[in-house]
Amino acid sequence: MLRKTWNLYYDGFRNMPQWGRTLWLIIIIKLCIMFLVFKLWLMPNYLNSHYNSAEEKSNHVFEELTTKP
Amino acid sequence: MFLDLTTTTLVEWSRWQFAMTAIYHYMFVPLTLGLALMLAIMETIWVKTGDQSWLNATKFWMKLFGINFAIGVATGLILEFQFGTNWSNYSWFVGDIFGAPLAIEGIIAFFLESTFVAVMFFGWNKVSKRFHLISTWMVFVGANISALWILVANAWMQNPVGMEFNPLTARNEMDDFWAILFSPTAISKFTHTVTSAYTLSACFVVGVSSWFILKKRNLEFARKSIMLASVFGLISILLTMYTGDSSAQDVTKTQPMKFAAMEGLNEGGNGVEFTVIGIPTNDPSLPTPKMKKMEYAIHVPKMLSFLGYHDFNAYIPGIQNILDGYTSQEGITYPSLEQRMANGRTAIDALKTYKQAVKDENHTLADSTLQVFKDNYSDFGYGYLSSPYDAIPHVPLVFYSFRIMVGLGMLFTLLFILALWYAKKRKFEKFKLIPYLALACVPLAYIASQCGWIVAEVGRQPWVVQDLMPTNVAVTKIASNWVITTFWMFAILFTILLIAELKIMFHQIKKGPEKD
Repeated sequence: MLRKTWNLYYDGFRNMPQWGRTLWLIIIIKLCIMFLVFKLWLMPNYLNSHYNSAEEKSNHVFEELTTKP
Repeated sequence: MFLDLTTTTLVEWSRWQFAMTAIYHYMFVPLTLGLALMLAIMETIWVKTGDQSWLNATKFWMKLFGINFAIGVATGLILEFQFGTNWSNYSWFVGDIFGAPLAIEGIIAFFLESTFVAVMFFGWNKVSKRFHLISTWMVFVGANISALWILVANAWMQNPVGMEFNPLTARNEMDDFWAILFSPTAISKFTHTVTSAYTLSACFVVGVSSWFILKKRNLEFARKSIMLASVFGLISILLTMYTGDSSAQDVTKTQPMKFAAMEGLNEGGNGVEFTVIGIPTNDPSLPTPKMKKMEYAIHVPKMLSFLGYHDFNAYIPGIQNILDGYTSQEGITYPSLEQRMANGRTAIDALKTYKQAVKDENHTLADSTLQVFKDNYSDFGYGYLSSPYDAIPHVPLVFYSFRIMVGLGMLFTLLFILALWYAKKRKFEKFKLIPYLALACVPLAYIASQCGWIVAEVGRQPWVVQDLMPTNVAVTKIASNWVITTFWMFAILFTILLIAELKIMFHQIKKGPEKD
């Protein structure tokens, strides 16, 4: 069963037509840009990067909710 | 008070960024949802009949499905990044209600799609016909279940149910999963979105097949594809209309301001007319420039009441009625927005006092303020508005988007009827107007689809969570320049992806199916 599954993926990737290879290249580049550039560098999670505990995050949002008006 | 220029710029840019990425993301999604079902139907016909031409058709459309799927996959993650960066107050406020459906979506999408998509593309001649067919059906099921969870989360924002706000953690906590999953808003949102996605996919198949007809190539393949897609499209568009009707009834009850904005309706009443078309214009006699006077309007008497409640004499509130307060068709009395703003401010003050009372261990004060908070929580978000007029969305944008969506839906109905009729009579290629119309309907289907989302999302402004959290409170206080920079970076990335998709897809369409 495991061997059959392995063969399915192995043969599938090995015999992939050119357009399929191009698509995989696009997927890999896209994921690299999204996770390495956007997620790590440009779009960090604001609360996770500024506060350590759930209580600190909660207090921050609480302040935001109660001091804006 | 807090709607100063800096904040407005930040809010506006954050909204533009989210809108732009959502629009791009949704260019890939609907074709995946609908084409997966058509592939499953085509392959089923091949397995049942053994007709080789259906196998070739399945393989050709599967190739286009694969291109769209590969380019579009994970583009939704950008939206998730934005929740954490630009909308952190919102992300925390909605808590596990938004997180749970998205987590389920991620797991299902990963396992179902990654497993069965691989079998679908790599499994020809490797697995049995039956297993391959099951895999194709599972890709359809997986893609549509993924959509279900995303749309459930979206529906909750439009009609928040099944939760309780925890004033100590400042988060909404899910207390009834089934109420969230089966809320009328979630049901109508899911069914309307997926059926409209099926319609778009049918337009795509009829349009691309028409190109083969115009080029006088692969005619048998094109005719078969047109026949199947026309029947599929006709059923889909009828279901889209039916679910759209349910959606309109739900919006009438849960988001009356959106419904009034869709109509540009200032003064409501019983037996309200439906505006087929008109031009919303400024009128100095109206209390705010956000309200518009409808010029050159064509009306259908009592039709809006019928659309809202299936009752020609039902009461539909207009924008002014909602501002002043009204009693709905169900007999529920809603206070004026001034009053709701006062209730909201009371809730916000009570929340602040409650937290301090808990800290000071003043249980009596904590209990009493908690009750005040709970009594006014349904108007919580109104406490952040500077003026009742802030609750009015952009009327012309919602009004026109709705009419473009509905008008194009009617055009697609006509297209499917004509395509089916002439393809059945084998006269499709003789009336050149029909293949050209079908080709034009491919981009038009995308426009209709996006207009639907504009109605849903712009129409609910200023709310990110209906009545509870306005957009300007949801946003993170970060430098607007940062949001502007990432806006353009996303725009460039998505534009490159779209160009890549179109280029690869056009190339594969030109190559055509393997043989007739």
